[in-house]
Amino acid sequence: MAISNSRVRGSLAALGMAAVLTLSACGGAETEAAADEPTEAATLTVEDAWVVTADDGMTAAFAVFNNPSDTDIVIASAECALSPMELHEMDMSSGDMVMQEKEDGFTIPAGESHILEPGGDHLMLMELSEPILAGDEVEITLHLVDGEQLVFTAVAKDFAGADEEYNHDDHGDHGDHGEDEHDDHGDHGDHGDHGEE
Amino acid sequence: MTDPSPRLSRRGMLTGGLAAVGGAAVASTATLALTGDDGPSAAAEPSATTVPFHGKRQAGVATAPQAHGTFVSLAMKPDVDVERFASVLRLLSQDAERLTEGLPALGDTEPELAKPVNRLTITFGFGHALFDKLGIADRRPADFTPVPEFEHDQLDEAWNGGDVLLQICADDPTTVSHAVRMCVKDARSIAEVKWVMRGFRQAPPVVEPGATPRNLMGQLDGTANPDPDDEGVVWRDGSDSMADGTTLVIRRIRAEMEAWDAVPPVSKEQIMGRRLDTGAPLTGESEHDEPDFSVTDHLHLPVIAPNSHIKRARLDDGRRIFRRAYNYDDHILSDGTGDVGLIFAAYQADIGTFVDIQAQLDAADMLNAYVTAVGSAEFLIPPGCEEGGWVGETLFG
Repeated sequence: MAISNSRVRGSLAALGMAAVLTLSACGGAETEAAADEPTEAATLTVEDAWVVTADDGMTAAFAVFNNPSDTDIVIASAECALSPMELHEMDMSSGDMVMQEKEDGFTIPAGESHILEPGGDHLMLMELSEPILAGDEVEITLHLVDGEQLVFTAVAKDFAGADEEYNHDDHGDHGDHGEDEHDDHGDHGDHGDHGEE
Repeated sequence: MTDPSPRLSRRGMLTGGLAAVGGAAVASTATLALTGDDGPSAAAEPSATTVPFHGKRQAGVATAPQAHGTFVSLAMKPDVDVERFASVLRLLSQDAERLTEGLPALGDTEPELAKPVNRLTITFGFGHALFDKLGIADRRPADFTPVPEFEHDQLDEAWNGGDVLLQICADDPTTVSHAVRMCVKDARSIAEVKWVMRGFRQAPPVVEPGATPRNLMGQLDGTANPDPDDEGVVWRDGSDSMADGTTLVIRRIRAEMEAWDAVPPVSKEQIMGRRLDTGAPLTGESEHDEPDFSVTDHLHLPVIAPNSHIKRARLDDGRRIFRRAYNYDDHILSDGTGDVGLIFAAYQADIGTFVDIQAQLDAADMLNAYVTAVGSAEFLIPPGCEEGGWVGETLFG
């Protein structure tokens, strides 16, 4: 891939890394202590990563996290150069499908996969500093609960769900859209089969 | 990079994100991903048969023609630069990579339509003016020139040209529709749809594998077609940006069925130079007999007329094109007359070969009274790509 010609957005662009699937303990100030220790070859992998195009404001990123190891892996937070990020889930407990921050992170159980997809868990980019256009590659860094990091690239695609307003203060707005998403979500049940092919 | 387990590697190989990393490791597991658990791609269930997307040459040209083909011509929006264009081409190759393997595209709102895959191929082409619009005319091969309008043509601009071609074929039209929709959705931030031609042809199991299909005028269409992999016909050699690529001319040819209906069968055969029932040349017995243009009848007239279609379609120097045409059958008017014909798709290493043949046909061909070209477009078909690459990279990367 001709990295120099791609619209790669994010802190690692200058290193020409379109997609990096290594876990390292090197990171920001908050993980300096861990940087002195050799890294266990932790095995979380990311695939099918994509982000919805947007001119401004909020947008969502999706991916499949695979954990073939024998211990659970928990993603605590995510970051990228274009926007502050949150981990979000879709919640039905109020009767409507609403989006909310997932305070305890995303857990990928040992030997399993966790799918972030429209209508389900996703990574939220909360306030874009510049537009994301179709084909752009956005680098996202995941911070795991154990202090390790994983960097991956999400490719930007136009997607019909991009028009919705994710407004925490007005759950009522999600009523109609939430129902549509929920109905579609049931059809995605076969995604669980992909890992077994 | 940690090797994913075999259980996870199939998906892993097919994402744009992963594919760029660790070339050798990717290549070995790519075979696993593409061939599947049962070995080669011809599955026990024909509808599950896949055609690999990756390769040095794009699929969909030498591929045994599928029953349904849709050709979509896109016109670039203004103010798109090469970098933007390349980004979208990468998306399109990623869509093609996944869909041709039976996986939904990323963000596919109809993932259920990704299977069965029905031998889906997605082939990308690029038009002449595109290079000017992107400001990179120097990257366009010098021998790629637009096909002229011919005397007998009645070209409608609505069916002409285009900057990007999506050629999407499969044995099932539902598969084709889904792939068309996904690719168009991913292209429309930078392009508009100029025209769409939808076609069909007889393919196995409707006919025997390798059998010549019929067009809607009743003729066996493609008898003298070369093998697409014959030396020098389709694929360009050398080492430049178009090595292992080809050119594609798409002519929308309307069949003048009302006039053709009135022609007696014997006359139809004389117009063509072939029998209608077997496709045999009038000097032969079976379809693949070589026509003998020197044979004369008791009046010392050539049995195969000098202005018959098959005589006029042959260049003396033996240069050939490879035809992979689809029938079309669009609306029927209230008076019962219809719009049927051929999406005439011709592939040739040098577009000049097509132009020379068409010039010869245009100068004289008894068939001209019964067919009319209403659209003409030409595209570069660049080489294929391997894992981690994208189609168009050699031209726009």
